Parts: sequence; structure tokens; C-alpha cells
Amino acid sequence: MAEREQRKKPAPDRRQEEVDERPPASDKGEKIKAELDDLLDEIDEVLEVNSEEFVKSYVQKGGQ
Amino acid sequence: MAIPKVCGIETEYGIVLRGGSEANPMAASSLLINAYVASLQPRVDWDFEDESPGNDARGYRVEGPAAPEVETNLVNAVLTNGARYYVDHAHPELSTPECADAREVVVWDKAAEHILVQSMRAASAALPPGQQVVVYKNNSDGKGNSYGCHENYLMDRSVPFHAIVSGITPFFVTRQLFAGAGKVGTEATGLARSQVPFQLSQRADFFEEEVGLETTLKRPIVNTRDEPHCDAQKYRRLHVIVGDANCSEVATFLKVGTTALVLAMIEDGELGRSLRLAAPVQALRQVSYDLDLSLLLELADGSRISALDLQWEYFTWARKYADSHGLEAVGESVGAEVLRRWEAVLTALETDPMSLATSLDWVAKYQLLSAYRERDGLAWDAPRLAAMDLQYHDLRPEKSLFARLGVERLTDDAEVISAMTEPPPTTRAWFRGKCLQRWASQIVAANWDSLVFDVHSDALRRVPMMEPLKGTAAMVDELLNGCDTPVELLQRLGA
Repeated sequence: MAEREQRKKPAPDRRQEEVDERPPASDKGEKIKAELDDLLDEIDEVLEVNSEEFVKSYVQKGGQ
Repeated sequence: MAIPKVCGIETEYGIVLRGGSEANPMAASSLLINAYVASLQPRVDWDFEDESPGNDARGYRVEGPAAPEVETNLVNAVLTNGARYYVDHAHPELSTPECADAREVVVWDKAAEHILVQSMRAASAALPPGQQVVVYKNNSDGKGNSYGCHENYLMDRSVPFHAIVSGITPFFVTRQLFAGAGKVGTEATGLARSQVPFQLSQRADFFEEEVGLETTLKRPIVNTRDEPHCDAQKYRRLHVIVGDANCSEVATFLKVGTTALVLAMIEDGELGRSLRLAAPVQALRQVSYDLDLSLLLELADGSRISALDLQWEYFTWARKYADSHGLEAVGESVGAEVLRRWEAVLTALETDPMSLATSLDWVAKYQLLSAYRERDGLAWDAPRLAAMDLQYHDLRPEKSLFARLGVERLTDDAEVISAMTEPPPTTRAWFRGKCLQRWASQIVAANWDSLVFDVHSDALRRVPMMEPLKGTAAMVDELLNGCDTPVELLQRLGA
């Protein structure tokens, strides 16, 4: 998009070389997915039991 | 030069009485706050008396008799950390003390959460078995009812209000890219929930005007409430109602830090070209609904720009401003950290938004709900996802989903726990808090800009505090330490 190219971005002081030290994207992706799966299992244990009822009963008076 | 951006946050929390037969949010809020303040002895009530501006030599001036307090039957307390804790519009609300910079706001905002958690525990102890008051740090019930998280910034009164409006509006419309707390569905009238599976902001659905005085209906992007709570000749308090309540410390830090910086730039007339939007109210929602972060917004001059590029423009001006003017108005080191994080976040939003799942609320929530949705094959309008959206903001540590996501912190527990009772040393909140710590039984009322003492003389004695940056630890500790009683303090202040 033309708009994107027009932007005068500040001189980058981001360090590109750090990219090389990361594991390949697929490994990283799998690791994150495995962690997320564990997290979801953990979250299942604390979720409100009856979602529908909980959502329905969460009614607030309007505020500011 | 821009004046120091003294700032603070006031949050209205969602509240539910579980296990109770009837829902009365005012009663539940009162119970919650009373249970907390009952453990603080003695308790000092808020003073609703309006204050007239006054000059002073050392920050304070002793005046004559105080007018009687306004009666109120709703609980309204001032805490030793300088905060105000009260019932407002059927919600418990906590206003942080005045802070000197964005990092302090994060600390005292987190301390506020801890105060609410402690309040829930105290309230549960006072309730029949099986009943519990539960508090949520969010801004909507998913049914069209919203409650606010407001920010306040000290501004130079001499800056024309229209300059603030034109300078800050495009920034407010787009800062939700990093400050949004995320929400499943939409509550905007005329839209079905399914039309917006997930959006960046809790609040965007509820804004209908560009500028105005309202806060509970026809909410404006820029609020015009003019109630400085300090010397009205010199200062304005910009009351910002457009933000979400953030659980993420990084999001709160960036929200307050970037806003303070942009306001300093407006004061110094250092914004670049006009970025006036053709339709700001519409744009606020467009940005919130655009998960690809690619939609182009129309400017008043007919050109188009993405929300991200608009933020890059502000960032570029801010960096220049830091070079030319310094960052004293927002705190030198805090300002430098704001710039560093602002750039990092904009870069990540551009290249890999999901990499921000451990720093920003909307991304953390979106990643969690997306993963859950995929695992269980749920539609975006499934009740389970709406329930998780609410539970993300549940302040009970054992129930909070936010607390399980490993989101980056900027504070440590010790400083947050200390901030539950200790005021920031950098503003007049220090004087308020320290007087309350030492002499609460002789302070009959307190508010942002005065303390009222009862020292059993002929009349109550009011100490005005019209300068937000007078009354700091550096300025008053010697005075306070040299006084054993409030009578001595009043004598020395009046001398």
C-alpha cells in the first residue's frame, strides 16, 4: 500500500542479528502450542462450571 | 515548557454477589468497601466541600472555619496511600493517589487491585456461608452496560482546550492498539454480536460523541469535565474516559506513559501535521474491530492512513520531542522507557502481533480464546468464550485467567503491597497519606485538595493543598517529623 511506504519511520535501533539465535519458527511454534495446550487444560479446572448461566447472570448497572 | 504530567487512574469495578438471593450492586459495593475500611481504624471520610483556589508559600495555608460536610449515605473513604475508595454508580470505585509518572500509576493501580482482593476476603467473612462478593476489573457486562476506567492528567490552563482536542483525538482513537483489553462480540446498537467475533477494546462500542461533558451516556472521546481539584487559575485536569481497565502492567504503563507524553507535546506545540480524522467516533470502532490492523482510516484532508501508521507518526514526533525538549515533564527515565516500549510494541504489532501475548491484554486474551476455540471447535459466540472473557478479569487470584497467562510484570510484589498503605512520595498525596497515617483520629475529612482537622479548638481547620507537586516527601518530611501533634503542624503551617 502506498500509505505504508510513505511513512517516515525512525532510524531503527532494533537488532537484527538476534534473529539467528532463535530456534526455527516451526520448533518454536510447536513449543508454544504445547505450552498453550497445557495452559488450556489448567484453565479448564478453574473455569466457571456453567458458562451459559454465569454469562447470563453477569449483569451490571451502567456506570461512567 | 510543558508542566509535569501528574497523573492517576480511577477504576469502576464490576461486582457480583454470588449465592445471594437478590442482586443489589449498591449494597454489595458498600459491603465490600465497608468490610475493608472497617479494618482500618479510625476511618476518614471523603470531604465533598468545594475548594476555592488559594495561594501559599510552602504549599499550604491554614484557613478559617470549614463548611459542614455534605451528607452522603454511601461509603466514601480516603486511604493512607492517598487513594479514594467509594461507591459510584452501583460499582466499587478506587481512584489512585496522584502519581508523578506512568510507572507510579502502574504500582498504585496494582495496589488498588490488591485492596479489592483484600476487600473481597473481608466481605466474604462478613457474609452468610455460601455467599461471596466477586469483583471484576473490566468495563462491560456484555449486555450493553459499561463502566469506566478513567485517567487524569495535569495540564497547563493556558493551553487552549481546542488544541488538546485536535491533538489528542487521533491518538485516543488508535492507542487501543496497545491499550485495549479485548472483548468477545460487540454491544454497539445496530450490530449483531456475531458480526464482531472479537475486538481490541472493551469500551469502543460505547462512544457516540467527539467532545462533551457526559460520562454515562452519549460518551465522548474527549471529556470536557472541568474540575481541576487544584489551582484552577493555573491548571486543568484532563479527565480521560475513553480507556479500558487493563490487567497488564505493560498496557497500563504504555497507556498512561504515551498519553502523558503526547499531552506534554501538545502543551509545547510540538505535534507535527494535523491528523484530524474524518469521523473519529466511527474510526474508534473501526480500529477496535480490525484484528488485521490494516484498515485505512480517512483523515479530514481526504487522505488515508492505518491506525498503526498513525501511531508511528505520533511516535516519531515524540522521539524528536525527546531530543529537542527532553522528557522531564513525564519523568526522564520513565519517558525513555515509554519511548523504548512504544517502539517495540508498534514494531511487534506490525510484524508479529501474537508475540505480544505476554505483554498486552487484548493479545493475551485473543490468543487464549483462539486456542480454546480451536481445541474445542467452538464458534466465537459460544457461551464458554464469553465466560472466559469475563473470567479473564476476575480479581480473585485463584480464578483470574489473566493471572495464569504469565504476562510480563513491571512491578514486584513488595512495592505493590507497600503501595496499599504508603502514598507516592512524589506528589501532594504524600502529605495527605502521611497525615492520615499519623493523625487520622483528628482528621474529620479529606479530599484531593484539602484536609480538615478537628483539634478541639473553636472551629475545624482546613489545610488547602492547591499544588499537586507540593507536599512531597522531599518538601514536607522535615516539617512532619518536627511535629508531634496536628496542633503543632497547624501552628507551623500558619506561621
